[in-house]
Amino acid sequence: MGRYSVFSLMKNALSYHENWQAAWHSPKPKKHYDVIIIGGGGHGLATAYYLAKEHGITNVAVVEKGYLGGGNTARNTTIIRSNYLWDEASQLYELSMKLWEGLSQELNFNVMFSQRGVLNLGHSLQDMRDIARRVNANRLNGIDGEVLGVAEIQKIVPLLNCSPTSRYPVLGASWQPRGGTARHDAVAWGYARAAAAMGVDLIQQCEVSGIRTSAGKVVGVETSQGFIGAPKVGCVVAGNSGVVAAMAGMRLPIESRPLQAMVSEPLKPCLDTVVMSNAVHGYISQSDKGDLVIGAGVDQYNGYGQRGSFHVIEHTMQAICELFPAFSRVRMNRQWGGIVDTCPDACPIVSKTSVQGLFFNCGWGTGGFKATPGSGYVFADTVAHDRPHPLAEAFTIDRFTSGALIDEHGAAGVAH
Amino acid sequence: MLKIHCPYCDEQREEEEFSYSGEAHISRPLDPGALSDADWADYLFFRKNTRGWHHEMWQHSAGCRRYFNVTRHTVTYEIFESYPMGTTPKALPKGDAR
Repeated sequence: MGRYSVFSLMKNALSYHENWQAAWHSPKPKKHYDVIIIGGGGHGLATAYYLAKEHGITNVAVVEKGYLGGGNTARNTTIIRSNYLWDEASQLYELSMKLWEGLSQELNFNVMFSQRGVLNLGHSLQDMRDIARRVNANRLNGIDGEVLGVAEIQKIVPLLNCSPTSRYPVLGASWQPRGGTARHDAVAWGYARAAAAMGVDLIQQCEVSGIRTSAGKVVGVETSQGFIGAPKVGCVVAGNSGVVAAMAGMRLPIESRPLQAMVSEPLKPCLDTVVMSNAVHGYISQSDKGDLVIGAGVDQYNGYGQRGSFHVIEHTMQAICELFPAFSRVRMNRQWGGIVDTCPDACPIVSKTSVQGLFFNCGWGTGGFKATPGSGYVFADTVAHDRPHPLAEAFTIDRFTSGALIDEHGAAGVAH
Repeated sequence: MLKIHCPYCDEQREEEEFSYSGEAHISRPLDPGALSDADWADYLFFRKNTRGWHHEMWQHSAGCRRYFNVTRHTVTYEIFESYPMGTTPKALPKGDAR
């Protein structure tokens, strides 16, 4: 695998960029692998990458029913932050943040990680108390964060409506300067390319239709390209976790719901940070291309249709126009829905299961993109050693039986 | 936007009048004290999360405020029927959504 560099760019420019090698190959599945990862999104590809890199397990297949990074990886609003309230969650997301910070260099692929800062606005006294509590908790965990007043917010985001006479006036915000955004496709492609270079087979257009077990152990998966054997199977299938769990005769504490997002026509640079508000409920950033990237809450009902109801979009736009009156005449270009697997406590499940050799990494709900590197890292470790990674111990499926839930509804940022 | 029929008001109204309340036909254990932790977790948290026809509870929160059940397809979002609490749903349409 050739390295991407300014020299390879110049060399290929001489041949009009017609001779770049493929970033990865599409092999036929082998009969047997050491590990099969179901799901070729960001989390699944990251898992395969860290299995190969950290644990030397390269006889791995990533089995994807569509194309790489075509599910929720392609459908989120790319916000990255680690300002979660509880120790367990904040440490997991902070691991992810640290991996993001070196990811482009590590993968030799520009994931366009931009630490432009994330503001979480408060609109009531209770919001401000919660923000102060969360920022204090973050700082105790070594995560950057500040509580800002209105004047400081206005300085960072001049376009934000901070008028004291607005319906839900902005009273302050939490500010995580290391937060930001990344390019969603590049994350999937970067992990795919780096994993493939270490020998991982990326098998696209290959839908899993069953999980074969024998005496309580996994022996492989039935797919549209035939049976593929493996003693370990990791399921990283956000949006379909319940469907794949049912193949193994299990149920999960997960409900799948549509989460909608949209982008506007491209504008000149006008918003150089990420603004989120739980109270009026919207979040917005501007992509490098110039589009405003906007999202909000999940639809209330279970759904797999990758679309939601229009009134949810309407509420989102009301919130954005309340915060940014200047955007009220901006036209929206595209709107879509992804399917988020939500857990009752708004925290993920990274876990072994009752079937030996079968692992699940799911339930990241509305905030999985930011966790892509950390999720892959701890899940690869969990699969490789057949026990939870220390940072994933609190996120096993057993917490729903023991009652040790980790309530991150406040910091999850999206109501569900 | 779903159009939902409330079997009590006998009105077809827009989704915004209703609140979703999750999977239907989960009955509260009669003797909670006798349950194991696993059974209790199963009752509280574990769901079928069906991809296909799904029996689910809705509340007519901006209307009569009563709960009822709806049979809805979770991929096409087509609604097959609404029926009052305590009644049994009709047999599902054959195959997938119409």
